[in-house]
Amino acid sequence: MASVSVPSESARGGVLRRPTATTGFWSWVTTVDHKRIGLLYGGTAFLFFLVGGTEALFIRLQLAQPNGQVLSAATYNEFFTMHGLTMIFLVVMPLSAAFMNYMIPLMIGARDVAFPRLNAFSYWVFLLGGLFIYSSFLLGGAPNGGWFGYAPLSTVEPGNNMLFYSTGLLIVGLASTVSAINLAVTILNMRATGMSLFRMPVFIWMSLVVQFLLAFSLPIITVGLFEALFDKRFGTHFFDPAAGGDPILWQHLFWLFGHPEVYILVLPAMGIVSEILPVFARKPLFGYQFVVFSGIAIGFIGFGVWAHHMFATGLGPVANTAFGISTMIIAIPTGVKIFNWLGTLWRGDIRFTTPMLFALGFIAQFVIGGLSGVTHAVVPADYQQTDTYYVVAHFHYVLFAGAIFGLFGGLYYWWPKIFGRMLSERLGKVHFWIMAVGANLTFGPMHILGLQGMPRRVQTYTPSLGLGVWNLVATVGAFTIAVSVLVFIVNVLVSLRRPKDAPADPWDARTIEWMTSSPPPPHNFDEIPVVHSLDELWHRKYAEAEDGKVVPVPTGGSGGREESHGEGSHGEGSHGTHLPSPSYYPALAALGLPLIGYGVIFHWWMAIAGAAVLLAGLYGWSLEPSLEPTAE
Amino acid sequence: MRKVTRRGLGAIALALVAAACAPNASQDSLKPAGPEAEKIHALFTPVFWIAAVIFFLVEGLLFYTAIRFRHRKGRQGIPPQIHGNNRLEIAWTILPALILVGVAVPTVSTIYDLARTPTGNVLHVNVVGHQWWWEFDYPDQKILTANELHIPVGEPVYVSLCAAGQGYAGQPAPNDCQQPGGYASVGDDVIHSFWVPELAGKQDVVPGRTNTLILQADRPGTYSGQCAEFCGLSHAYMRFKVIAQTPDEFAAWVRAQQADAATPAEGSLAATGMQQFLNGQCIACHAIQGPQVGGQPVTANGGPNLTHLASRDCFAGCTLDLTESNLERWLADPPAVKPGSWMPNYHLSQDQIKALVAYLMTLK
Repeated sequence: MASVSVPSESARGGVLRRPTATTGFWSWVTTVDHKRIGLLYGGTAFLFFLVGGTEALFIRLQLAQPNGQVLSAATYNEFFTMHGLTMIFLVVMPLSAAFMNYMIPLMIGARDVAFPRLNAFSYWVFLLGGLFIYSSFLLGGAPNGGWFGYAPLSTVEPGNNMLFYSTGLLIVGLASTVSAINLAVTILNMRATGMSLFRMPVFIWMSLVVQFLLAFSLPIITVGLFEALFDKRFGTHFFDPAAGGDPILWQHLFWLFGHPEVYILVLPAMGIVSEILPVFARKPLFGYQFVVFSGIAIGFIGFGVWAHHMFATGLGPVANTAFGISTMIIAIPTGVKIFNWLGTLWRGDIRFTTPMLFALGFIAQFVIGGLSGVTHAVVPADYQQTDTYYVVAHFHYVLFAGAIFGLFGGLYYWWPKIFGRMLSERLGKVHFWIMAVGANLTFGPMHILGLQGMPRRVQTYTPSLGLGVWNLVATVGAFTIAVSVLVFIVNVLVSLRRPKDAPADPWDARTIEWMTSSPPPPHNFDEIPVVHSLDELWHRKYAEAEDGKVVPVPTGGSGGREESHGEGSHGEGSHGTHLPSPSYYPALAALGLPLIGYGVIFHWWMAIAGAAVLLAGLYGWSLEPSLEPTAE
Repeated sequence: MRKVTRRGLGAIALALVAAACAPNASQDSLKPAGPEAEKIHALFTPVFWIAAVIFFLVEGLLFYTAIRFRHRKGRQGIPPQIHGNNRLEIAWTILPALILVGVAVPTVSTIYDLARTPTGNVLHVNVVGHQWWWEFDYPDQKILTANELHIPVGEPVYVSLCAAGQGYAGQPAPNDCQQPGGYASVGDDVIHSFWVPELAGKQDVVPGRTNTLILQADRPGTYSGQCAEFCGLSHAYMRFKVIAQTPDEFAAWVRAQQADAATPAEGSLAATGMQQFLNGQCIACHAIQGPQVGGQPVTANGGPNLTHLASRDCFAGCTLDLTESNLERWLADPPAVKPGSWMPNYHLSQDQIKALVAYLMTLK
């Protein structure tokens, strides 16, 4: 990493001159700073959030009344497919990645991630992959077979729509795979002196679990996507029963990825909530080890429940029993987390700041999603519920009222650290309450709609089904959510005009990212803190007196004890820090991938061109030292 | 403000409970009308109430804790730093596990109960999913019909969910999908899901395999159903009805369906329509039992069998009620009525449409 000394002869490598800009467009294209990449991830994901949200509003407009005329069936199918793809792959995953990129090095006391250029590569692949999928709207039609892309519908329907799905997800998946390795290595190898695994903040633990989930689940969907791509584009028969293939094979491959994916989406939010609650309840996380181990348990069991998405496909009573029971088991560690969060609040000194409201909202609403999840594990009940709006209600309580609320909590919590400016608490609370009302108005009625017979993915429904009222309520709720997002945008704009005066530790927090300035300097810490305990910063600020009372530590007290260790163990001494140099090559290499994608869909010469760009990028990259000698 | 919101949420919760009991939903899994759906409902109801109790306990605890331990102005000092409690951890691991065991036992027994093979006086029906309509084949009664499934009240109906087209790789269809030569298909052979919420849970119709389902109605009546697995453009228009009849009415219906199609009177408009039907492209997809063309029966079965079309209440995947004006609308431009319809617009003249509709309406 940063401190590796570079032999001078390797400086000759690199065809392009090393970029030197520190501001402006090219500085962002060539940056390898985990904080700037985190910002890119976050900004891009938020823009996709607005796009995916707009699609949702159109869907809700179409369904507001029976026999709706807003969207044609063809457009509706594109919109609900793109809404799912966008929110999962282009919003929640990269928004989590934004927090991980920005916060992991700061929270473990590192100067950057393990592979900074690989990190930049991940971002550019994600961005270009997302744009690639969206370019389908201009190139003959967007994916229209659902985010689950069931074969054989996805492989026999005419048009390139589902080719953009399989190819696009292969590209976006590559970004996540690369990033998973990068962040896992970072967490395992680059923690500050003294930060043992069980002194890591829970957000770091959950991030680590997520990286392993990604690393083990993405290869499975990759196989499936290649098979779907080959069936559609090259006439293979993986999922074609007439030639001996099996459509159910796709469902196994998809959900063996797709269920761990649910935890990939929600565990980071759980980690964020586990950071926010102790700070604003002014108590340590209750049962830290149990919260960590239940996160790990969820990760493991998450690989053993996939067929609960397939109870109605005819797997037979033995498989349905086994997956019903494994799905019930996963409720246990989930419950443990919720009870420990309640334990954290108990006897606390709770301050209802905006991040705290979002964290509490996460818990209150996630409980609903969790309980409806248990009713899915009751297999016969699921015969009624699966593929209805009841399921839509369930997973939006988990992913919107849960994950998105947790992520917004994280935004409000870490915003001053990232931008050096506070967000308005007043607007933040308005945002929270409107969003909470909107979320429950939208997704609450969907439970009833599903149980009363409304299937998912229907473009319309007849008046005779008696579903009009609750659909209208859900539509009103969706626009309420949209209003709350506007309030958030106003809050951000107002904040950016405020003075950059956020203190290093505005919340009286507990973890070491609050020890450096807001925003942090490019090298993160002037001196990397030596960690002596969980909640290191808290223990530097407060001590427990003999009678159990907590008293502040006088400034300059025991907080100075780390100085004796200093930075010497890192071999960086007082020579300043060596940060990896910016590079053109990650973005260049990433540019090759969508070109290959277009080549697969349209014409082989584009694939050749894309491969050439990719190889050129990788070649220049491998010849270029990560740290330019002149930068010293 | 918080109080207002809480009151609002309370009102919403009340409204939700009220709506759950709303009587106007016509495809409602909460209103089971037969033993199979009843078994599911009897399992779901206690699980729902257990979940409701846990919901109120956890949310109550959350709100109580948040309010009781809220920061009060002037509070000095920092709360005691409690790191955990192993007894509590054990308790809230084991208690939910015990509750789940209590839920799992009836769940498993119901799974096996629903998967049994019914015995005794059982009506067998093969259900075939097409893009985007349902075909119903009564192999013992030799009836082939579409969009309306007639069943006798009080008897289990054993449904085989059969794939259309080349679903079985040239092999004989497994189990009971024994239509000679398989079920032809005009659309793509994709996955559908057969769902009549008031009579049973759903089962997918998967190309290449045969799933089964037990269906039974306790009371005569019409039960609404529709495809529940996304299957392309007209997924929302793939509806059907189950019509449960007393055994006598059902037997009468069977006899009527087994009869040949009616022949319209010479010289009538319907007779002109019949000639158009038999000479035109209709018989490329639609079978009709009785009339012959070139000495051969009309047996194509890629589209719905129309022998007794006019005996049904709905057509085109139950998108439309069966009326003369709807038939005219349909024949004028099928894809305009049902997105992506595999029956193309044949650009029929108004006269042709009138004659065809006159003929179709005789097919009681």
